[in-house]
Amino acid sequence: MADYVIQAESLSKHFGKFKAVDSISFEVKAGEIFGFLGANGAGKTTAMRMLTGLSYPTSGQAKVAGFDVRKHPEDIRRNIGYMSQKFSLYEDLTVRENIRFFGGIYRMSDAAIERKCRELLRGLQLESEAGQLVGSLPLGWKQKLAFSVAVFHDPKIVFLDEPTGGVDPVTRRLFWDMIYQKASGGLTVFVTTHYMDEAEYCDRVSIMVDGRIEALDSPKALKKKYSSQTMDEVFLKLARQ
Amino acid sequence: MRTIRFILRKEFLQIFRNKAMLPIIFVVPIIQLLVLPLAATYEVKNSKLLVIDQDMSPDSQKLRQAFEASRYFSLHEGIFTVAESDKLLDKRAVDMVLVIPRGFVKNWAKGQMPRLALRVNAMDGSKAGIIAGYAQEIIGRFNGELAADFSGNAFSRRPTIQTEFSYWFNTELNYKPYMVSAILAVLVTMVCLFLSAMNIVKEKELGTIEQINVTPIRKHEFLIGKLLPFWCIGMFELIFGLGLTRLVYGIELAGSVWVVLSFSGLYMVCVLGIGLLVSIYNHTQQQAIFVAWFFMMLFILISGIFTSLESMPRWAQYVAHAVR
Repeated sequence: MADYVIQAESLSKHFGKFKAVDSISFEVKAGEIFGFLGANGAGKTTAMRMLTGLSYPTSGQAKVAGFDVRKHPEDIRRNIGYMSQKFSLYEDLTVRENIRFFGGIYRMSDAAIERKCRELLRGLQLESEAGQLVGSLPLGWKQKLAFSVAVFHDPKIVFLDEPTGGVDPVTRRLFWDMIYQKASGGLTVFVTTHYMDEAEYCDRVSIMVDGRIEALDSPKALKKKYSSQTMDEVFLKLARQ
Repeated sequence: MRTIRFILRKEFLQIFRNKAMLPIIFVVPIIQLLVLPLAATYEVKNSKLLVIDQDMSPDSQKLRQAFEASRYFSLHEGIFTVAESDKLLDKRAVDMVLVIPRGFVKNWAKGQMPRLALRVNAMDGSKAGIIAGYAQEIIGRFNGELAADFSGNAFSRRPTIQTEFSYWFNTELNYKPYMVSAILAVLVTMVCLFLSAMNIVKEKELGTIEQINVTPIRKHEFLIGKLLPFWCIGMFELIFGLGLTRLVYGIELAGSVWVVLSFSGLYMVCVLGIGLLVSIYNHTQQQAIFVAWFFMMLFILISGIFTSLESMPRWAQYVAHAVR
């Protein structure tokens, strides 16, 4: 049990009569890349908002990084990183100012911010752009930077909400290389996506349909179970049920 | 505290990087304080007065000169019938027509009541009221002089009561000290209200607020970090404005600077609170501007600068007192 960084048990969120998330249960292991799939409106974002402490569950339990989502949302927030589908860095701040700001609000020391900032810039080869406004960077770089900033404070888990929307395939590939690299260092990655090729990169994926988790396994096992060649087919079979 | 410092640093960086900000902070107050007081005055000068002098006596001449001497009227002549003057009133070529009928003073000497006609264009109601008031004052003074002339011989000396006003703070009833300070208050309110409301809504619009929500920033840290910069800008604006009014209009604070500053500081906290409230219920900057304007108009109208409180309906007076 100690190995699980996310545990959800019969987690539900109702808006009036509408069951946006209908009693979902799953676990995510430490260091795992967990794909959270589903059509638009299937309840992915609502589920993710509950796990990040932004939304209060109607019923059920969930623990993230060892903290209860109802009782200790602030402790959870200190231990997670988050990158949304909307680009979430400040475009009117420079690369370095953005990094400093996010490092600062995660209560990192000045020395640690300086040291890690240098590492990050070197890793992304953005050293010469450190003083440029983020708004002037190409989208692919922005996204890589956003991911790096989301994991800047060394969270246990990073939540990625459709992180590669609107990015070309090459950049997406490079982006996933970054995710792999971070995950190999022990980071747990919880990612929602629309791209089924990306689902293939995940260790395990869950597929949500109408607020429920219809399938949860490794991409390989899922393909076998639904006798499909690709995750695309698996998804379509499930979504059309 | 450290978190707040980081938020403040970010806010100030963004505020001063925004190209629209410096003009808003410096140019807007200068223009408002220099231009608006010229426009915002209750005085009506140079209103066009047509005198139809059918009497053509030395006395009617004297009355005409009395109007001519006042800086409130510019005189027009050359028309002798009321029908013609009505046309001019219609076209708004003149604001007021004074008709001095034939035998105006002569009749008085005979003991008959002399009559004057004052025809005022009331399309602009408040202006009409004001210039009619000026005219009555001039006629009243003329009346007093005439009475004195007559009392010298035929009539018995009759004492009259005259009311003379002397004003306390603003002895010359100069509108500028009154208006400039009011405009400064409006200005500071506007800057605080709009900038704070727009700033938070902008983060909503861009989606960056979502990112902030999942960080360990606490509510009070966010609020202080967001609102303090605008409080500082508001205070700066106030001090800047006070300096400007002193420099340009020579208006000095009679009371304690610290009382003004500390109550303004408190007041700005309230304004920022309204800005925050506006930002909560709006999702785009456009919406926020409209709603903030609504509050702004309400405050200006109910503050009593342009309309006196006493003439408002009772319910509005209650609202005004509640707001004040």
